[in-house]
Amino acid sequence: MSAQLLTYLFIGLSFALYIGVAIWSRSSTTNDFYVAGSHVHPLANGAATAADWMSAASFLSMAGIIAFEGADGARYLMGWTGGYVLLALLLAPYLRKFAKFTVPDFVGDRYYSQAARLVAVVCVIFISFTYVAGQMRGVGIVFSRFLEVDINTGVVIGMAIVFIYAVLGGMKGITYTQVAQYCVLIFAYLVPAIFISLQLTGNPFPMLGFGSTLSDGVYLLDKLDGLSDELGMTAFTSGNKSTVDMFFITAALMAGTAGLPHVIVRFFTVPKVRDARISAGYALIFIALLYTTAPAVAAFARINIINNVDGMVYEHAPEWFTKWEDSGLIAWLDKNDDGKVQYRGGDALVPVKPVFDGTRQAAGQRAFDNTASVNDNELYIDRDIIVLAHPEIANLPNWVIALVAAGGLAAALSTAAGLLLVMSTSISHDLLKKCLMPGISERQELMFARIAAAFAVSVAGLLGIYPPGFVAQVVAFAFGLAAASFFPVLLLGIFSKRMNKEAAITGMVTGLTFTFSYIVYFKFVSPETNNAAHWLFGISPEGIGTLGMLLNFAVSFIIMRITPPPPEEIQKLVERIRIPR
Amino acid sequence: MNNNEAYWKANLTLMASLLAIWFLVSFGCGILFVEYLNQFRLFGFKLGFWFSQQGSIYVFVILIFVYVWRMNKLDQRYGVDEDE
Repeated sequence: MSAQLLTYLFIGLSFALYIGVAIWSRSSTTNDFYVAGSHVHPLANGAATAADWMSAASFLSMAGIIAFEGADGARYLMGWTGGYVLLALLLAPYLRKFAKFTVPDFVGDRYYSQAARLVAVVCVIFISFTYVAGQMRGVGIVFSRFLEVDINTGVVIGMAIVFIYAVLGGMKGITYTQVAQYCVLIFAYLVPAIFISLQLTGNPFPMLGFGSTLSDGVYLLDKLDGLSDELGMTAFTSGNKSTVDMFFITAALMAGTAGLPHVIVRFFTVPKVRDARISAGYALIFIALLYTTAPAVAAFARINIINNVDGMVYEHAPEWFTKWEDSGLIAWLDKNDDGKVQYRGGDALVPVKPVFDGTRQAAGQRAFDNTASVNDNELYIDRDIIVLAHPEIANLPNWVIALVAAGGLAAALSTAAGLLLVMSTSISHDLLKKCLMPGISERQELMFARIAAAFAVSVAGLLGIYPPGFVAQVVAFAFGLAAASFFPVLLLGIFSKRMNKEAAITGMVTGLTFTFSYIVYFKFVSPETNNAAHWLFGISPEGIGTLGMLLNFAVSFIIMRITPPPPEEIQKLVERIRIPR
Repeated sequence: MNNNEAYWKANLTLMASLLAIWFLVSFGCGILFVEYLNQFRLFGFKLGFWFSQQGSIYVFVILIFVYVWRMNKLDQRYGVDEDE
């Protein structure tokens, strides 16, 4: 069977599975809709958290980024897993004991303030929207490349599926579809990795395989470093980023992970405090399976691309190469007119991304308006295609290629659903029920929750179809913003009885304003100065959230000491959430 | 010091020691001392590189499970566990 037919089959089957699960587990009360009735088994919650958390970025983009950046990619690997240690030790058990529905709920009640609740609602919606737009791009890439349908059609199909289970099923529906999606995505990630690890090193475990030897007895990583050196690329096992920047970015990703509302809310769905602790552990095991495999996939991909592409005569290029070129994610500029692809270090084109002019050149390659850069590299490869293209590059059977497409969709849809749910909950519960319309009945609240979910799905779909240019830029910064706003407020709310609303609000506003302005300045106002020479203490916009977080902590400590302590009953509340019983 | 305060103190001590390890493997071995550690080898890996892309993640998983195990014991010892 052809890869395309198999892809249709796998995607169709997986979608049927998700819808079946959603119908079986639909919600009838607000409690079901918001937190699945708090009846989710910790193991199931662990798998659902893993799928919720691992997005199109983890599945499709991360290995690609590591393949190009090598050692610098460690900031994502450590940052996006280390956050779970913070979550498990510092937040999850206590927020579970607090036993409410959302993060703004906690902020509003703990800081006895509607203003604090509103600031939290705005943060949740802002963070979730920037994030969900990224998922839609992932859905679009998979559909357009593998099913050869229009990106817009792909986005609409994806939205329809999410609509069915998020709007009808609420948290309950989402939880069990996420469990199914985790199984699909991890299988789809590991199978090709195992195949390629066996091909290259004979070791069936990719996370060990990339530390093993190739058929010629040389260690894979040594071989790769040697090849990279010959071609003028940075060695795979060393990086370009400064130590201080790596430190700050990793810290921002960790604290941001622990402060992300759609992840925190998953811990409200288990029955007990004890379950919240252990399900963070299960979640990290499930996540670690993919995260320890990703750098192996990255190393395998880099070595396979170099071996297959460098020196290749373009007219004999394999099908995957020309197909991705047709999708606009590969471009080749024959700088030395020898008809062969030279793959070297540095960017091939100025500007970096190809702007195709619609015509073809002598050998049949697509022509573009970009000019040549000064180095010898002739090849542009978009990082996002590495995971999708690798099975084809390594000549794996068609069913593996189809499987990867289904896995990428599972990763994108599961995260999108989780984000849409926290947005709709923030609107129906925190904004309407708790602020604007306290008189509404549970039935009405549930109806508003579904309407809000439907509305959020539609907006997310529009963002997928008309992606605003700034979204891709901002997604990576959602973590910095979460780190600078939520993390200190949640942490101090649990660990300091003295923490009051004045400190919380000034802290959040300071952290957010600082982080946001820094990012906006270097990304939009003055992008030409976005380099280490101009950065504050050498910290890039990606890592500035850590400094914003430290500022938030500092401001909170000062303000809470010069303002009155929180009321007696709030101090009692803090004592209560510290004790599991 | 009453029972709940003693429980909270024991919890904080456990947390601090686990977070110290968390910091040491990730920010320590994976970032600050990565160049130094890279002169040693673990099979085909440079040691610092291994910590930053593999080792720290394994340690994170272990840390959470140690925490769960120790906390369940603490809950029982101080009589604050959830099922009577």
